[in-house]
Amino acid sequence: MTGHPSPSVISRYADGDLGLDEATVWTVEVHLEECADCRARLAGSAPEDVLTLLDRVSNGVDQGVTAGPAPVPERRRWSAARNRWLVWQLVPWLTMTGAVLACAVLLQAVQPSLPSLVLLLAPVAPLPGVAVAWSRGSDPAWELVASTPTAGLPLLLRRTAMVLLVVIPMLGLATDRTGVSLALALLPCLAFTTTTIALGAFIGVRLAALGLAAGWGLAVAVPAVFTADLPVVLQPGSLGVWAFIAVASAAFATTRADRFLRRR
Amino acid sequence: MRTVSAAETAPTTHPWVVHAEGLRVRAGRHLAVDGLDLALGTGVHGLLGPNGAGKTTLMRALATVVEPAGGKLTLLGESVDGRADLRRVRRGLGYLPQQFGFYPRFTVREFVEYMAWLKEMPKTLVPGAVQRAIERVGLADRAGSRMKTLSGGMLRRAGIAQAIVNDPAVLLLDEPTVGLDPEQRLDFRELLRDLGVDCCVLVSTHLVEDVVAACTDVVMMNEGRLVYQGTPDDLVTQGGEGDAGDSPAERGYSALLRRHRAEAGR
Ligand SMILES: [Zn+2]
Repeated sequence: MTGHPSPSVISRYADGDLGLDEATVWTVEVHLEECADCRARLAGSAPEDVLTLLDRVSNGVDQGVTAGPAPVPERRRWSAARNRWLVWQLVPWLTMTGAVLACAVLLQAVQPSLPSLVLLLAPVAPLPGVAVAWSRGSDPAWELVASTPTAGLPLLLRRTAMVLLVVIPMLGLATDRTGVSLALALLPCLAFTTTTIALGAFIGVRLAALGLAAGWGLAVAVPAVFTADLPVVLQPGSLGVWAFIAVASAAFATTRADRFLRRR
Repeated sequence: MRTVSAAETAPTTHPWVVHAEGLRVRAGRHLAVDGLDLALGTGVHGLLGPNGAGKTTLMRALATVVEPAGGKLTLLGESVDGRADLRRVRRGLGYLPQQFGFYPRFTVREFVEYMAWLKEMPKTLVPGAVQRAIERVGLADRAGSRMKTLSGGMLRRAGIAQAIVNDPAVLLLDEPTVGLDPEQRLDFRELLRDLGVDCCVLVSTHLVEDVVAACTDVVMMNEGRLVYQGTPDDLVTQGGEGDAGDSPAERGYSALLRRHRAEAGR
């Protein structure tokens, strides 16, 4: 800003002098917004009755602040608060998953000759949670959520991530206890999760989770328990295939994002 | 002070906020909306019709919850059928379903906040918008109460608060007056008139009186089709002494319905 308004103009402005033309008043006001010195000069040249009025107002505000209710403290972090209902819905399912994994660890200790039960369970461990996180029956506000812009693949991924956040540490603990490779538990687990989502684009996430879990159980897990051999798909040589499936199905799911806009 | 973006001041290029042509929507296997033509602009539109007329199914299609089975549907100038990207349209929607579920442990404020977040409102605007919405429906003194402790009428009002929290351009209210006592109904009518100034509000109701008192426009449906669209005053003139109903508007409603059924029966 170049050039401050003259002290006489400022005092006339403070007095509310009607002789000042509108253009001058505007220039003064625009300048006052940016110049602290002139604001101080304005305060100094304000008439007595204005100063008493200002004092009274400021006292009143101060009294209101001290007498009124204390400000509400900043609430807990948003994400925790807004996902609380989902956490409650998921608790029974995740507890069940944890219990099943714990049983597998125990059985393994009793019967070391069995093929690794933890590895056989790992691919399907997150599926019940994912199915629950995205089913109409378990989300009471389904109808409301379905009409919002967030509904769709991003929300599904967010909820899936919540499930994995609990299941992965469980798998970590279980593999550690039974002395099998964590990678052999994690990669199939991730691949099954992303495949569930990709397949969910066509038949719905719940049905996809059910179908994949049943398929894995019948085709791989149950026969492995009977033959007492760890199937070849869970040998270290298969890691590359699992990684490929995980990446490919995740990429495929993102190209079908429109299929999740209306939940089925 | 809020900066107004260019998009907000740009003139709208679509003639209608809601535009349906030959719209067909399924409810289960049944075509509940069957060849509906409808054009709605700014204002409060009352949706009337007997039970099973397809009102709720129409509401769900307009809320982008169900996909139309046929015909054309545009909201805010954007097509919402098939593979359309619904995100932009949904940001401008407010929807109160006939039966809405909620998270029982949430307080009213948390519930409306959660919905504001789902509607992708800018984070800084959320607290103010939530407070305003709760005040507008008269629930300010219950903002901290848990949803499961509310009466039916209060729940309905909490539902309306979440619907209006994002200042929607299209507001869909399915039976919003159920459970409200007479005084709350009067307050609600006032809110409707207020909202209708710059928003396209579609209210489905079975109370003809609500429509006459608070709506600028009457839309009547029967068996999935549009039967009538006109002003409340015009609805009143449709009825005669011999028609069923306790008020001129109700007589107009039953006269229109009787005529439509006679035509359909021929
Ligand atoms: Zn200055």
